Amino acid sequence: MKPRPFDYIRPDGVEEAIALLAEYGDDARVLAGGQSLMAMLNLRLADPSVLIDIARIPELDAIRDLGNRIEVGAAVTQNKLLAWPKLAEKLPLLAAALPFVGHFQTRNKGTVCGSIAHADPSSEIPLSLATLEGEVVLRSKRGTRSLAAKNFQLDMLTTAREADEMITAVRFPVMDGRGTAFREVARRHGDFAIIAVAALIDGEGIARLGIGGMSGAPVVRRIVLDDGAAVKDAVENLAAELDSYEDLHASADLRRDILRNLAPVVVEEAVKCAA
Amino acid sequence: MRRVNRDQKVRISLSLNGRKTSAETEPRMLLSDFLRHSLGATGTHVGCEHGVCGCCTVLIDGTAVRSCLTLAVQAEGRDVKTVESLAGSDGKLNKLQQAFQNNHALQCGFCTPGILMSFTDYLARNPNPTEEELREVLSGHICRCTGYAGIMAALKEAVGLGK
Repeated sequence: MKPRPFDYIRPDGVEEAIALLAEYGDDARVLAGGQSLMAMLNLRLADPSVLIDIARIPELDAIRDLGNRIEVGAAVTQNKLLAWPKLAEKLPLLAAALPFVGHFQTRNKGTVCGSIAHADPSSEIPLSLATLEGEVVLRSKRGTRSLAAKNFQLDMLTTAREADEMITAVRFPVMDGRGTAFREVARRHGDFAIIAVAALIDGEGIARLGIGGMSGAPVVRRIVLDDGAAVKDAVENLAAELDSYEDLHASADLRRDILRNLAPVVVEEAVKCAA
Repeated sequence: MRRVNRDQKVRISLSLNGRKTSAETEPRMLLSDFLRHSLGATGTHVGCEHGVCGCCTVLIDGTAVRSCLTLAVQAEGRDVKTVESLAGSDGKLNKLQQAFQNNHALQCGFCTPGILMSFTDYLARNPNPTEEELREVLSGHICRCTGYAGIMAALKEAVGLGK
């Protein structure tokens, strides 16, 4: 199918882009890589009056090392971040998770921030941002604010972004030398995950566990690794507590089962990685 | 700022396979349709139109992307390469194309242009890939004839793997 008609606007800078968002609000959609939005337009699941194309804005196409955080601009593609020479050292969780995002060809155009904006419940990048407890930078004519990941993604495809705001960047905290691990179960490599699990070792004897695909937004919990059964017990409780959704690919029970089996493996990998 | 209103047709220029060209488009026209219908470059095939099948993959500024998930206006001023760019002017197949022919890596051939363009980008970045890496890139394409065995054989031949 083809998209319905819309006005196309390609602003030269962020100031112009946010002025357009102030003018059009909910009638406009921001287009960056378009790897979700263009498909939704073609399928007529999205029907904006105005498309604001930010992909060519030079100030948004930068990865900045802020010391304890890495800032990724809204026009940075997933493959550009994956090829960033310091990725494995600074953001090993992203180095592990990004190869699971779509395919080589879609990562060439799909952006890191676009995946955050789209807020699919099983997506790898929102899960990584939530597990690392990073933040989303939003700008509008009213000013700039940054929101913690857990306050940004509210539910399935639903975020706290106001109609006149655009995401200009996301900031991932640097995990200096701590163990991290990532795994997912999908029908085929490159498909949306049924369940995705991220883990990192959060100081002495504490694991941080991030789960995608169980709820409308990523779930992040801390587990004290005091005895051998701690992870198993925590995951068992989580599986019972989380109100898992169902779709064509997996029932709620299957999702719980995958979580029970996958999460302990990923935590163990993170522990080994930290040692 | 570039602005094109919904009912407006504008002429956009781009480089197609090394030659400057231009044609009219409206904002909602996909690059895949623009290439085929407006520029007559029908080597690029259109399958699913939502980024899944990979048939429509082309290079924009050397990078393999889905032309069905790209608007024609987004390619304005860019360097676009399609499967028509691969063979020599005398019609001689390039190394990758020849490997596909040698290994019966196509049957109906509908998916082939996209696969060739993906690997034109990928092999320029990584000329000595592993079999795993080749499989990973190929996973971005759907072929309904070959079962992928012939395609893998062709790719391995093209990069000198498994000899």
